[in-house]
Amino acid sequence: MKILVCISNVPDTTTKVKFKEGDSLFDDSGVQWIINPWDELALTRAMELKEDAGNSVNEICVIHVGGASADATLRKALAIGADKAVRIDACPADAYHVAGQIAEYLKENPFEIIFSGIESSDYNGSSVGAMIAEFMDYPGISSVTSVNLDDDDIQVNRAIPGGKQVLKTETPFVAVVQKGIAMEPRIPSMRGIMMARKKPLEVKPAAELEVLTESIKFELPQEKGACKMIDSESAEQLVDLLKNEAKVL
Amino acid sequence: MSVIAFAKNWNGKFKNSSFELVSYTKALANQLNTNMVVLSIGEVAEEELKLLGNYGADKVLTVSDPQLNTLTSRAYADIVAKAAESVGAEVIVLSDNNSGKAIAPRVSVKLKAGLVAAVQELPVSFEPFVVKKRVFSGKAFGHVQIKSDKKVLTIAKNCFGLLEASCVVAIEEFAVDIDTSLFKVKIVEEEEQKDKVILSDADVVVSAGRGMRSPENWAPVEELAEVLGAATACSRPVSDEGWRGHEEHVGQTGKVIAPNLYIAAGISGAIQHVAGISRSKCIVAINTDPEAPIFGVADYGIVGDVMDVLPRLTEAFRNSKS
Ligand SMILES: Cc1cc2nc3c(=O)[nH]c(=O)nc-3n(C[C@H](O)[C@H](O)[C@H](O)COP(=O)(O)OP(=O)(O)OC[C@H]3O[C@@H](n4cnc5c(N)ncnc54)[C@H](O)[C@@H]3O)c2cc1C
Repeated sequence: MKILVCISNVPDTTTKVKFKEGDSLFDDSGVQWIINPWDELALTRAMELKEDAGNSVNEICVIHVGGASADATLRKALAIGADKAVRIDACPADAYHVAGQIAEYLKENPFEIIFSGIESSDYNGSSVGAMIAEFMDYPGISSVTSVNLDDDDIQVNRAIPGGKQVLKTETPFVAVVQKGIAMEPRIPSMRGIMMARKKPLEVKPAAELEVLTESIKFELPQEKGACKMIDSESAEQLVDLLKNEAKVL
Repeated sequence: MSVIAFAKNWNGKFKNSSFELVSYTKALANQLNTNMVVLSIGEVAEEELKLLGNYGADKVLTVSDPQLNTLTSRAYADIVAKAAESVGAEVIVLSDNNSGKAIAPRVSVKLKAGLVAAVQELPVSFEPFVVKKRVFSGKAFGHVQIKSDKKVLTIAKNCFGLLEASCVVAIEEFAVDIDTSLFKVKIVEEEEQKDKVILSDADVVVSAGRGMRSPENWAPVEELAEVLGAATACSRPVSDEGWRGHEEHVGQTGKVIAPNLYIAAGISGAIQHVAGISRSKCIVAINTDPEAPIFGVADYGIVGDVMDVLPRLTEAFRNSKS
C-alpha cells in the first residue's frame, strides 16, 4: 500500500507578512519557508502507519507543485522519513491548478491513500484535497482527525460539529486532515538528514491546465484601536461596556 | 442567469449561518440584477424551509430523499452542480464550514468554475469579478479575480450578518437521479454532544490558556461560559498537554472562529493564536502581565489573576441578568 502526502511550502507561522509591487505580490524577502503544519502532521501519521507491521504500507511519497525554491522543504520531508519526493515544476496558480497537476500525476502513478492538509497557511484555500478527489473520482473524507489501518482495513475518524464520526472507506481515497491526525510533527534526525540527500527528488514537467482565478492585490487589516483597560475589581463596568458600548451581549 | 445558494441543514434544521448565507446571496443577486434560488438537500420540513423566506429566499429547490439526510460530499456536490446548471446559475454560494469546504471544491471541478473560499464581503467588483478573502491566516486580505464564467464562493461566518426580509417561498422538489455508487464512505459510529454549545456556532466564547496553570483549575472558565451560554475554547498548548480536548483548540492550527465576544483568560496572544480569533467582533483579555501581546488585539483588558477575575465576572454577568 502506498501513501501520497501533498506538501505545501508556506512562510513560517511567525512571519510578518508584507507585500510589494503596489501590494500585488507577497514580499518573500527574509521569509523562512516551512512544510505547511497540517501536511507535516499528515506526513508524521503516514510514517507511523508505515512503521506499524500490522498493515502493508511500504512507500510514502510527498508531492509538491511549485518551483525549485521548494526543494529545501521537500528535502526536509525526505529527512523526516518520506521515501521519495516529486515536484511538479509549475507556478502554483490556484487550488484548481495545483489539484489538477497532482491528479495528472496520480493517473500515471496510483496511490491507495492521499493525504492533504485542511488548508495551506498562506492562501487558506482549503480546497486542494477535495479537488483531487473530484478530479480522480475518488471518495474523499474531510475534517479527518485519525486514520487507522487494521490489516489494511481502513478506519477514519472525522470531526463533526460537537462530535465525531467513525468511517470506513475503500481505497483509493483522499483524506483531508486536521489537528489530531498525529500528536507532534517529527523532527528530522541527523541520520535522516544524511539519508535524505540520497533519496529521489523527481522533477516533473507541468501539465497544460487552465487557471480559473488570479490574485490581484493584498491589503493588511485595519489597525485595532487601543485596548480599554478596566480595573480588576470592576467586573460590573466590563459587563456594562460589553452591553452598552460594544453591544455584544 | 441567476445565483444559487446551498443551504445545509443539521438534522432537518437550519442555523444562523444558513440564514446569513441566504442574506448574502440575496444581496449578491440584487447587485447582479438577477434572481436567487436556494437549494436544500435531505429531508427538511416545509415550515423550516419557509424560514428561508425571512432572509430573502423566494424559491427553494429541495431534494428530500432520506438517503441524503447525512452528508456525502460526492453525492451532494453532484446535486449542487446539477441544480446550478438547471437554473443557469452563474454564481454558486456555500458557507465556509466543514460541509462547504468538502463540497465547494468538488463543484468547482465539476463545473470548471473558479472557487474562492472564505470570502469576507460582497464582491469588490463585477467586471471583472473580484472578491476579497482572508489570507495568511488572517494576517491579510487578498483580492482575487475569478476568470471563469461560472463561479463558486464560500462565505466566512459572521462576515455579512442577517438581512431580514419577508418573502413567500415557493418550494419545488428538484428531480435528480441519485447515484448511489457515490456512497463509498460508510459511517460506522457517531458521537454527538447534545448539551454543549458548539464552538464553531457560538456567539460567545470563553477561552483559556496556560495561565490557568493546571487542568484542575477549569471550573471558573466553565462557570463563566455557562452564565453566558458560551462555548469553551483553549490555546494550543492546553490541548496539546491534554488539559482540554482537541476540539477546543483555536488558532492557526486549530479552529478559526468569529464570535461576537471572545474572552481570553491566561492566554498570551501569540501570533498563531490570534490568527484564529482576530475576526471576533469584541475581544476581552484577562492576564497578569500588562505587557502580554493579547492586549494589543483586545478591545477590553483586565490585568489580574484569572482565578480572581473569572469568578468576579461570572458574578457580575449573573447579577446583570437577574
Ligand atoms: C506552527 C505553530 C502553530 C501554532 N498554532 C497555534 C494555534 O493554533 N493556537 C494557539 O493557541 N497556539 C498556537 N501555537 C503556539 C503559540 O505560539 C503559543 O505558544 C501559544 O498560543 C501559547 O499559549 P498560551 O497563551 O496558553 O500560553 P503562554 O504563552 O504560556 O501564555 C500564558 C499567559 O498566561 C498569563 N498568566 C499566567 N498566569 C496567569 C494568571 N494566574 N492569571 C492570568 N494570566 C496568567 C501569562 O502572563 C501569559 O501571558 C502555534 C505555534 C507554532 C510554532
